[in-house]
Amino acid sequence: MDQILAVIRVFSYLSLLTVGGGMAAFPEMKAEVVGIHHWVDFSQLIHFYSLGQMVPGPNMMMIVPIGDWAAGPLGAVAAVAAFFGPTAVLTYVVGRLWKRLEAWPWRASIQKGLAPVSVGLLLAGCFTMAKGTISGVETASISAGVLLILLQYKINPALLVIGGGIVGLLSF
Amino acid sequence: MSEPVPVPPGGPLRVSLAQVFLQFFIIGITSFGGPVPYLRGRLVAKLKWLDDKEFVELLSISQSLPGLNATNLAVLVGERLCGPAGAVAAIIAICLPGGLYMFGAGIFYRIHGDHAWVTSALKGIAAASIGLVLSTVVQLAKRSLSGHADFIFIALTVLAVNRFHFSVPEALIGVGLAAIIWHRPRRAPQAAPTE
Repeated sequence: MDQILAVIRVFSYLSLLTVGGGMAAFPEMKAEVVGIHHWVDFSQLIHFYSLGQMVPGPNMMMIVPIGDWAAGPLGAVAAVAAFFGPTAVLTYVVGRLWKRLEAWPWRASIQKGLAPVSVGLLLAGCFTMAKGTISGVETASISAGVLLILLQYKINPALLVIGGGIVGLLSF
Repeated sequence: MSEPVPVPPGGPLRVSLAQVFLQFFIIGITSFGGPVPYLRGRLVAKLKWLDDKEFVELLSISQSLPGLNATNLAVLVGERLCGPAGAVAAIIAICLPGGLYMFGAGIFYRIHGDHAWVTSALKGIAAASIGLVLSTVVQLAKRSLSGHADFIFIALTVLAVNRFHFSVPEALIGVGLAAIIWHRPRRAPQAAPTE
């Protein structure tokens, strides 16, 4: 029960940090899930994040196995509810007020101000994950290759992630 | 765009709760590589539950708030179609398939995660995932930045988190407030005196 409460506390906190995308919360997720609670180790966290890119639906379903490992199947449910609940409620409320907020001059300021911070937090998340992932020329080439292909061509990213797995299988 | 969405007088289009659940569940099962294009394809093009303008507006609200675009969109679209219950149905339905897959993946990983072939594949998958996130960062930057000062705020955020080990909320609030004040509402320029 204590573990489930801890799962709820951690993931509802992380929920509100996903500004710009799930990756924005990654450094804090590492601090909480690996550093404080030891539910998984760093390489497992990276593996779950990566597996999450290959399943359909919202791309942070990595929280399911973390919740499960921490506190069993109920922990998995708690993790999902805690991770998506707070932002869902916020979105619901703001969505209903949006028309009225449109006239509020600070709304545009908040959107403009949060844009570079979102980009920065996503990058910081990438760098945190890269420290545990990019270990040499091969892994760096896979990352760079996927980045360049996605910027250049319209192709389903999940296929490239699977492609990365195949390259890894053949070469490591 | 094809024909306009039929909006009955007196309120938005109402769709049954079961329909909302079913359609978001289908998106949840099929949307490999990120749900947003699938949401647009199904809700706008196929079902015509929303028109493209509404979709873009809801997407922009989703992108401005914390939370994943896909789940925020599910809440907003679900609410629009079927009220509060629609919002709950949509977000549960879109998360359920991926959640079950990852539950299974977690169990498989616990059993086989240390096999050499699994770790090799995962190494490549993780490297590819970094490329994927970087591409979304580039796209987000292209779409949302407004001015050169923003690059300073990006650098400050990255340094704060990666170099000086501030927590994410500290960086978010600290740099965020500075950036919001930088982009504060300016009084509309007085009609410039024309010569």
